[in-house]
Amino acid sequence: MAHVVAPADAAAQFTGGVAEFDIAADTVRRLIAELDRRYPGFGPYLDRRMAVAIDGEIHQDAWTSPLKPDSEVFFIPKIGGG
Amino acid sequence: MTDTLDRPDVQTDLKIVGTRPVRPDGADKVTGRAVYGADFNLAGQLVGKVLRSPHAHARIRSIDARKARAVPGVKAVITGADLPDVATEFHEGGEAASNMRDMALNVMARDAVFYEGHAVAAVAATSAAAADAALELIQVDYELLNHVTEVEAAMSPDAPVLHAHLFTEGLEDVPSLPSNVARRHKIERGDLDAGFAQADVIAEGRYVTQAVHQGYIEPHACVASWGADGQCQVWCSSQGQFMVRTYTAKVLGLETSNIRVTPLEIGGGFGGKTVVYLEPLALALSRESGYPVKMVMTREEVFRATGPTSGSVMHVKMGAKADGTIVAADVELKFQAGAFPGSPVGAACMTTLSCYDIPNLRIIGWDVVTNTPKVAAYRAPGAPIAAFAVEQAVDDLARKLGMDPVDLRIKNGARDGVKAPYGPTFANIGYLDCLEAIKACPQYSAPLGPNQGRGVAAGFWFNVGGESTAAVHLNDDGTVVVTNGNPDIGGSRASMAMMAAEVLGVAVEHVRPVVADTASIGSSMLTGGSRTTFATGMAVIQATEKIVAELKRRAALIWDVPGEQVTWKDGAAHCADPAKEGAKPLTLKGLAGQSARTGGPISASVSLNAQGAGPGFGVHLCDIEIDPETGHATVLRYTVAQDVGRAIHPSYVEGQMQGGAAQGIGWALNEEYIFDRNGKMENPGFLDYRVPVASDLPMIDTIMIEVPNPRHPYGVKGVGEVPIVPPLAAVGNAVRDAIGVRILELPLSPPRIRATLDAKAAG
Amino acid sequence: MSRQHISTVVNGDPVEFLADPGMTMLDALRDELGLTGTKEGCGSGDCGACSVIVDGRLVCSCLMLAAEADGKRVETIEGMAQGSRLHPLQQKFLEHAALQCGFCTPGLLVASKALLDANPDPTETEVRYWLAGNLCRCTGYDKIIKAVLDAAADMRQARV
Repeated sequence: MAHVVAPADAAAQFTGGVAEFDIAADTVRRLIAELDRRYPGFGPYLDRRMAVAIDGEIHQDAWTSPLKPDSEVFFIPKIGGG
Repeated sequence: MTDTLDRPDVQTDLKIVGTRPVRPDGADKVTGRAVYGADFNLAGQLVGKVLRSPHAHARIRSIDARKARAVPGVKAVITGADLPDVATEFHEGGEAASNMRDMALNVMARDAVFYEGHAVAAVAATSAAAADAALELIQVDYELLNHVTEVEAAMSPDAPVLHAHLFTEGLEDVPSLPSNVARRHKIERGDLDAGFAQADVIAEGRYVTQAVHQGYIEPHACVASWGADGQCQVWCSSQGQFMVRTYTAKVLGLETSNIRVTPLEIGGGFGGKTVVYLEPLALALSRESGYPVKMVMTREEVFRATGPTSGSVMHVKMGAKADGTIVAADVELKFQAGAFPGSPVGAACMTTLSCYDIPNLRIIGWDVVTNTPKVAAYRAPGAPIAAFAVEQAVDDLARKLGMDPVDLRIKNGARDGVKAPYGPTFANIGYLDCLEAIKACPQYSAPLGPNQGRGVAAGFWFNVGGESTAAVHLNDDGTVVVTNGNPDIGGSRASMAMMAAEVLGVAVEHVRPVVADTASIGSSMLTGGSRTTFATGMAVIQATEKIVAELKRRAALIWDVPGEQVTWKDGAAHCADPAKEGAKPLTLKGLAGQSARTGGPISASVSLNAQGAGPGFGVHLCDIEIDPETGHATVLRYTVAQDVGRAIHPSYVEGQMQGGAAQGIGWALNEEYIFDRNGKMENPGFLDYRVPVASDLPMIDTIMIEVPNPRHPYGVKGVGEVPIVPPLAAVGNAVRDAIGVRILELPLSPPRIRATLDAKAAG
Repeated sequence: MSRQHISTVVNGDPVEFLADPGMTMLDALRDELGLTGTKEGCGSGDCGACSVIVDGRLVCSCLMLAAEADGKRVETIEGMAQGSRLHPLQQKFLEHAALQCGFCTPGLLVASKALLDANPDPTETEVRYWLAGNLCRCTGYDKIIKAVLDAAADMRQARV
C-alpha cells in the first residue's frame, strides 16, 4: 500500500480534514482515481493543482509515474518558477 | 526505447561538459545583430499603444472612443468590450496553473480597473504621434472606489473588496462573505507547543518587505499579424513561445493552431515574461485594422502594469535548545497577489524552512489581493521573501546561543534522508557541502573593520522538470543541428550544443543550436523554473542518442556487419568485426555523405515530460560596511556557494549565481515600489527604482558544489533560481552585524539605516 | 511640423535622414537608419542601453535629439567590429561569458570602448564607476568587469 499524504488545506476542503491515506495503486493516475472515488471532486483538484513527490522525487503531470508497493507519496502544490 | 543504445559512461568521462566554449549565439549578441522583441519589424506595420487606468480602483461606467477613431492614421481601437469573456479555467500554458479568466481581465479591464496602469483600451495607428493623439481622446467614465495596497490592510474586515466572488479557499469552513483573501495555505508537523516548551532560546520577529520588480532591461515588445484567413502570427520576446500561443489563444478565444509564435531574443525575464500582456492586444488590433501591429512598452508601463513580486508581512518564531537543536518554528506569511489571486505564498510556505530538519513546525500563508499590479513570477517566486524572515530568525538564534551561524545550520541542516517540511524525503543534496565550503572560504576569515559586518544565509528552491521537445538532424557535411522550443535567456544554447556534442563525441563548434517557433518544433514548457538545462537538455541527449543509434545502424549497413559489431566513439563509428579488420572509422561527415543510399536523412526527435528535477541549495556570505553618516551600505565582499548538480558550462552557471546574488542585493538594499496615497506608483523608472549598478558591487566569488542528480544523464540540477533566495537575509544579517541592531523591514536603504542608527543612539 | 534633413556620419559612413523635431537620436538610429543594435531600456537616460559615442563623447542617445546629430560623428555597436574581426572588447566579453541575455551588451561595449579610448589602463574601481551608467540585470557585473580589464590589457600589449 502506498502511503499518501495530502496538504492540510486540500484535506480541509475535500476530505473533512483527513490528510493521510493508505492506497493500493501502481500509478499516479490510479492513485488519484481511488482518492476521487473515496472523496468525489478530490481527483480533479489533485490532477489540476498538485504535483506529487514519490519517494522523495517530484513528479508533475505524471499519470504514468509508477508507484512501488510501499511508496511514500506526498501531494504538494504544483511548482512554478521564474 | 533507449535499451538498445550504447550509453557511454557519462558520469565520469565527459570531454565537453564542464568546459567553457564561446556561446554559439555570441557573435550576434556582441555586434548588435541579434533581434530582440523591439528590433523586429514587418512591412506596413502599425504602432499600437495602450490606454491605462490612472486610478487604483474604479468601476468603468463607459468608454467613448469615437473621437479617437476619427484621428487621421488611426486604424483600430479596442476596449474590453471587443474581447471575449473568458471563463474560469486553470491552464498550464506557463508553469503553475493560471486562471485564464484573470489573465484575460488583466490584459484588458472589463467592468473595473484594479490598479493604476491597468489597461482599458488600445489603439493602432500609422504613427506613434497619431496613436498618442488617439489615446488622449478616448473618454473613460470612471466611478472611483476605495483602494487598498498594503497586505494587512487588505485583509482587514473593512477593506474595500476587489472581487465580489472571492471566497477564501483552504479554510476549514467556507466563509460566507467575500474578502480579499484568496487562499490560506497550511503546513503542519509535530506539536508546536510541545516543541517551544523544549526551547531554551526563542527568536521572534515581524518582517515587512515591499513589492519589487524583476527589472529586466528589455521592455515587453511584440509584432502581431492577423492573416485574412484567420491564420495569425506573433513575434515576441518571451520566456516561452508555446506559453504565448496558449495564453493568447485563451484570452482571444482562438484555436491554438491558428497562432504561430516565433520567439525573438529576450532581454531578461526572470519570471516576469512567463505571462502575456501585449500579444493578445496586438493581435486584436491587427484583426480590426487589417495590418500587422507592433507594440512596445515604455519603461514606465513596465513598472506600472507588469507583475512585480509580492510585498509581504511575515511573522516568524523559532525555538532552539541550548545545544543548538532547533525544536520548533512557527511562520506566518502574508503576501500581496496584486489585482488577481496568485501570489507565490504557497511556494514560499514550502521553501521557507526547507533548509532545516525541524520536528515541530507550522507554516501558514495568505494569498491576498490588493490594488497593485498583478504579481508575476520572480526567480524562485516567494522563496527569497520567506528566507529574509527565517534566515534572520536563525541568525538571532545563533546569537542567543553564542553559536557560529554556519555551525547552527550544519547542526540542523537538511541532508539526505531528512523529510522536507512539505513532505518528501531529500536525496542527493549538497546543502551541507555548501555550508562547509562557506566556512572554508577566504572571505569567512577575512578581518572586519569598524562599521563592517558579516552575514550568512541559506536558501532552497525546488527546480522543475516538465515537458520539452528536442529535434536533432545531420547536415550533409556532418555538422549537426539541435532544435528546441526554449528561448535562450542565459546561455542555454551553449549547453544544448555541448550536451549533443558530448553524446556524439564531436567538437562543439560542429553543433548548431536553434530555438524554433511553435510550428516548427514539438511543444515545450517555457524557459523558467530552472528547468531548461535539466529537462530540455535531457530531450537533447536522448534525441542525440537516437541519432547515434541510427548512425551505427547505417555504419553496420555500409560495412555489412552485424549491428553489435559497431561502436560509436569520438564522433565516428568503429567496426569491431574481425572480418573487417582495417576498416577505417566512419565519421559523421562520411556517414552523412552516404545517408541517401543507406536510408535517407538522419534525424530524430524526442518529446518528454522530465521528472525528478533535483532541488537546489545555496549559501551566501556577505560583508558590508555602513557609512554611519549617510546610512549607505557598501557590499565589500560576497561569496556564493551552491549545489549545482553538474555544471555543463561553468561560466554560465557562475553567471546565474552572480546574477541572482546581485538581484537579491538590490532587493535588500534599495529596490521597492513606492505608492502614494492614491495607490499610484511614484517611482516607475530606473532613476528612483534603484537596481544595483557596477559601482555598487564587488566581484562575486562563486563556489560550485557538484552533487550530481542521478535522474539526469549528466547529473544536472537547475541553478538559475536558488541564488536569489539567500541574499536578502545575507545582507540583513550583515547589516545586523555591522550596526548591532536588526532591521526587519526592506529595503535596507540609507534613510532606514540612518533612522535605525538615530534610534539606537537615542537609547 | 516639418521634418528636418539631417546629415551625419555613422560608423564612418555619411548618412542622411529626415527627423521630426522631437525625434530622439535613438529612434533615428533604430527606425530611420535600421540600426537596431542600440537598445531602448528606459527612454530616460538611466539604463545606458542606448549608449553611443558622439564626436568622441559617450552619450545616451535617448537623451539626444536626432537633429543634434547634424554634422557630427556617431559611433554605434554596429561599428565596433572591423568586418568580421571582433574588437578585443567584444572578443573578451565572449570569452569571459560577460553576457547572459545580451540586451545591455551593446551599450556596455560602447561605454567600455569610450572608457578605454580615454583611459587605456583603468583600475577595477575606475571601470566600475565609468560603467555605472549601464545597467545589467543578469550578470552582477563580475564577468563584465573582468572582460573589460582583460581587453584593456590586451589592447595595451598590442600597442607596445
